[in-house]
Amino acid sequence: MRGRLCTWRRGGSKMLVARLLFLNIWRNRTRSILTFVGLMVAVLAFGLLSTVVQAWYAGAEAASQARLITRSAISLIFPLPASYGERIRHIDGVDQMTYSRWFGGVYKDTRNFFPQFAVDPSSYFAIYSEYRLSEEARQAFYRDRRGAVVGRRLAEEHGFQVGDMVTLKGQIFPGQWEFLIVGIYDGAEEKTDTGKMYFHWAYLNEELKRRRISRDPDSVGVFITSLSDASRAAEVSLAIDALFLNSPKETLTETEQAFQLGFVAMTEAIVVAIRAVSFVVILIIMAVMANTMSMTARERTSEYATLKALGFSPRFVAGLVVGESMLLAVLGGLAGLLATYPAAWAFQASTGNLFRHFAVSPDTSLMQLWAALATGLVAAFFPALRAYRIRIVDGLRAV
Amino acid sequence: MATILLAVPLRYSLRNLWVRRLTTVLTALGMALVVYVFAAVLMLDAGLRETLVGTGEVDNMVVIRKGSATEVQSSIDRGQANILSQLPQVASVIEPLVSRETVVLVNLKKIATGRPSNVVVRGLNAQGAGLRRQVQLVEGRMFRPGSNEVIVGKASAGQFQNMALGESLRFGGRDWQVVGQFEAGRSGFDSEVWADGEILMQSFRRVTYSSLVVRISDPSEAAAFTAAVEDDPRLPLQAKSERAYYEEQSETLSRFIRILGLSLTVIFSIGAVIGATITMQAAVATRTAEIGTLRALGFQRPSILMAFLAEAVFLSLVGGVVGLGLASLMQLTEFSTTNFQSFAELSFGFSLTPTIIIQSLVFAVFMGILGGMLPAIRAARLSIVEALRAA
Repeated sequence: MRGRLCTWRRGGSKMLVARLLFLNIWRNRTRSILTFVGLMVAVLAFGLLSTVVQAWYAGAEAASQARLITRSAISLIFPLPASYGERIRHIDGVDQMTYSRWFGGVYKDTRNFFPQFAVDPSSYFAIYSEYRLSEEARQAFYRDRRGAVVGRRLAEEHGFQVGDMVTLKGQIFPGQWEFLIVGIYDGAEEKTDTGKMYFHWAYLNEELKRRRISRDPDSVGVFITSLSDASRAAEVSLAIDALFLNSPKETLTETEQAFQLGFVAMTEAIVVAIRAVSFVVILIIMAVMANTMSMTARERTSEYATLKALGFSPRFVAGLVVGESMLLAVLGGLAGLLATYPAAWAFQASTGNLFRHFAVSPDTSLMQLWAALATGLVAAFFPALRAYRIRIVDGLRAV
Repeated sequence: MATILLAVPLRYSLRNLWVRRLTTVLTALGMALVVYVFAAVLMLDAGLRETLVGTGEVDNMVVIRKGSATEVQSSIDRGQANILSQLPQVASVIEPLVSRETVVLVNLKKIATGRPSNVVVRGLNAQGAGLRRQVQLVEGRMFRPGSNEVIVGKASAGQFQNMALGESLRFGGRDWQVVGQFEAGRSGFDSEVWADGEILMQSFRRVTYSSLVVRISDPSEAAAFTAAVEDDPRLPLQAKSERAYYEEQSETLSRFIRILGLSLTVIFSIGAVIGATITMQAAVATRTAEIGTLRALGFQRPSILMAFLAEAVFLSLVGGVVGLGLASLMQLTEFSTTNFQSFAELSFGFSLTPTIIIQSLVFAVFMGILGGMLPAIRAARLSIVEALRAA
């Protein structure tokens, strides 16, 4: 008998075991469906949170290692004299140089926040080749001093069209500022940020003088340099800073990526909190799932004893428990994983301009699958141990 | 007999939970974690508001340039400041109680990460510190007027390098010696560094102030003062009560915390409600015969329903209390991040208010009722004969 059972198990029995697992799950439908939904929601939440954390770093990831940002050593709010530009350009290793200045205007209402920069159009778009502007729009932008270009995403968000007049209320530079939209740029890649507005630095500077606004005329926020050889980034940064050392306006130069990471680091506490919470959700679902499995196993105590009495090994019985748990976990996990994609899309649609790049990465999906598997394993551990250890006599008596 | 509704004793529900301890603990744990996240988010939001609202005094007004949203963006020239100081609503003790302030952001390195973050450096005149009643020196002394000395807020000192007494900070082309540490009752000033206003202006080559902080003779004069500033054609400025100003500063961050936290809680609670349903469903299934017996003894359907609902509510209350207990531990920690609006580092705590306790427990009970309702209805609808036969 025992021998036959063993061969039955080894032979074409895999299908039978799988069927047994499915039927077992189906026996208590309500409970299985509830657990399945719970798992799906948890895996979905875990995936969304990981995506939020990644989106936080998206700006830094899209940033280049081959570009340097030079800003005031004190902090970003202090501008640098525009005259520094020529000196930076002549440093050995610097390929091209451009500059930008943060404008910080409000479009209609403070809720419509989007970044605006005053730049030197031709040199800026030469360095930032990932912003694609049609030749026509490019020429129009270079010609018109009151012209501005906006990114595709920004244009869609506020319904900006070429030919529109946009009025910004200056927060840093007081007054009303009018711009004519002459072009809409696209991103070279999906993760390129197309949420900014650019206009002529020269226009801003002239107006500052004309309107007698005492906000550092002839100054820029940051200088951006591209390198002929990215491996010389550290050396060139030091050379730039050395040039202005001990001057009233010292500079601090770092790669664009480090510059962006600096922003992320400022809000690090929030990222840490989101990470922690995403693990809490896994703990919650582990508790729920463990509960399901322990109830299932308790109800089937006599069944397990019967199986053992029939000659199945303790390992096989414990395997049944683990198998059922894992099957449920994988099904729920897969459903959650698939649901993450539409959910991420809906999330981005509802949060609007909060995140510029919000997409589920393959890493996230993999992590979700791991989390589901871990949940299944942890949930099955104690019930499986109990099934493994149960003595036939006790188990049968439990009826 | 049909007219008297006999209630199943509460002890019955309680002891049932005790009998199936492991399941009870697991379900309650799931709920506890949800309540924990729920409470922690509300506490963080409350802590942020307390910090920023507590920063303002009722009879102080902040004056900044029209169109600016923060002190850092604003600028006020000396002429405007002089006109403002002469307005009739301004309180004065010989000199008008007006602090001409210079506010800048300085990039300094954090202790924990070594990465720089922005700190608010505020330059004040002789009136400045006196206008903030909650500020007290806890160590060292006040900076001497006209010197390169600074005093640091307690939260800044805990977060940033080189802020101990006797050490010095370098910014604006000078070394600034730390001579004192102040505490500002967990308000936003705790995250700042204070220096002499005129010296700070010199070292940053500024000719204009950032903001003026004005003590008005009586809080009821606030509206009159705001109107006087608004109506004076020589003043392109706006005046706000200090409270309102700091409350505005917290808006974006507060909204972010609440939206993120509450949408998380809603998702999580689905899991916990499902856990409760599973548990109660099993409780009903294993006790079918018992329910039949209770019915046969004369307990009515509503009584059975209430007994099982009570069990679910107890379960959720245990979860709620444990979750709140975990969350209250968060009060021992500090949360420090860059405020989106002012772009500067701000430290704030988790604050457990009575409202939050009530909200969390109500939330827990709500989850319990939601999870327990279906199984309880199922239990109540069992027919006596069928249920007894199941035994």
